[in-house]
Amino acid sequence: MGEFIQKLKPHHLDVLKEIGNIGARHAATALSQLVNKTIDMSVPAVRVVSFQDLPEQVGGAETKVAAIFLRIDGEAPGSMFFISTIENTEKMIRHITSINSFQLDEPPFEEMGVSALLEVGNILAGSYLSSLADFTRLSLQPSVPEFSVDMAGAIVSYGLIPLSQVADYAIVVDTHMTELGEVEHPISGHFFLLPDPDSFEKIFTALGVNVNE
Amino acid sequence: MSDVIKVGMADLNVVTPPNIIRTSGLGSCVGIVIYDEFKLVAGMAHIMLPNSSLSRQEKTNVAKYADTAIPALLIELQKMGAKNYALKAKIAGGAQMFTFSTGSTDLMRIGPRNVEAVKETLKDLRIPLLSEDVGGKSGRTIEFDPQSKRLQIRTVNQGIKEI
Repeated sequence: MGEFIQKLKPHHLDVLKEIGNIGARHAATALSQLVNKTIDMSVPAVRVVSFQDLPEQVGGAETKVAAIFLRIDGEAPGSMFFISTIENTEKMIRHITSINSFQLDEPPFEEMGVSALLEVGNILAGSYLSSLADFTRLSLQPSVPEFSVDMAGAIVSYGLIPLSQVADYAIVVDTHMTELGEVEHPISGHFFLLPDPDSFEKIFTALGVNVNE
Repeated sequence: MSDVIKVGMADLNVVTPPNIIRTSGLGSCVGIVIYDEFKLVAGMAHIMLPNSSLSRQEKTNVAKYADTAIPALLIELQKMGAKNYALKAKIAGGAQMFTFSTGSTDLMRIGPRNVEAVKETLKDLRIPLLSEDVGGKSGRTIEFDPQSKRLQIRTVNQGIKEI
């Protein structure tokens, strides 16, 4: 399977990017309704990233971040992360809940705010997965989301465990999320999709993309 | 002038004074330091998985698994003049970052399993484990100074401590 990742060509990654873009559009619509603002989501890149470099994508292994983590269950299991800065996450939750005292700097965290955050995770993951499932005809379900404020490296490495048995690289579908028209205070974050080892081949086969050419 | 030697995920390296050695963002992974009490030479590994038999890779990265990383670290230390009888170990990490209530596979208990595997391997190699800071739910960044032989542990919410 490590060999499988190496066999991937740019056009294979383009397929993942296209699915990601459609998933992102669904997620953006759902999220826009929740926060009552126009949220724009895009998939700027699908990359093959070494484990060493993955935490760098979110500011370094030691950087404190807010993360929502879900497992994908079903025919092509994997992990999903939504990772954002503390400030950005606080801002988003204050906006949704109108709890202006909501903070993620030091526990305990306001329960209502955390529920809202998990709900955001549900919406993002649900819309993303449903478009992936539509395209591939694979049955995919998100697990109940979990939330953590901790070092980026500690969080991301957890999602890499299944993959680490077969490879030293992960395919990262990176998503940026911004609030339309808000240049000064954008809501932004990274969305990582990390399929488990055997899932890549299933996804590509389901899409009719031949990797062993 | 002292430098900080960095150890990445599934990576290992060695250090001598005045330099120090660090690995960042340990979650379920275990950071291990093995050092020679007298020679002032130390090695650190950032271990992701308990056992190399889990590997489905043709070419195994030895630093990734407890049972292969520790022997590999010993070889590096011996090259620097460390003597087996003088070796001591300290470990940190093995947290459970998320606690899934449903459908949790064995993999999700990976933190405690990593700690067990590291301890087993140390026992097999007869290297005394002097101190540990393991488990919990927090990520850790660790830093070892071969001069003072202190392992500094930093978490996001509980500040800094030394073992």
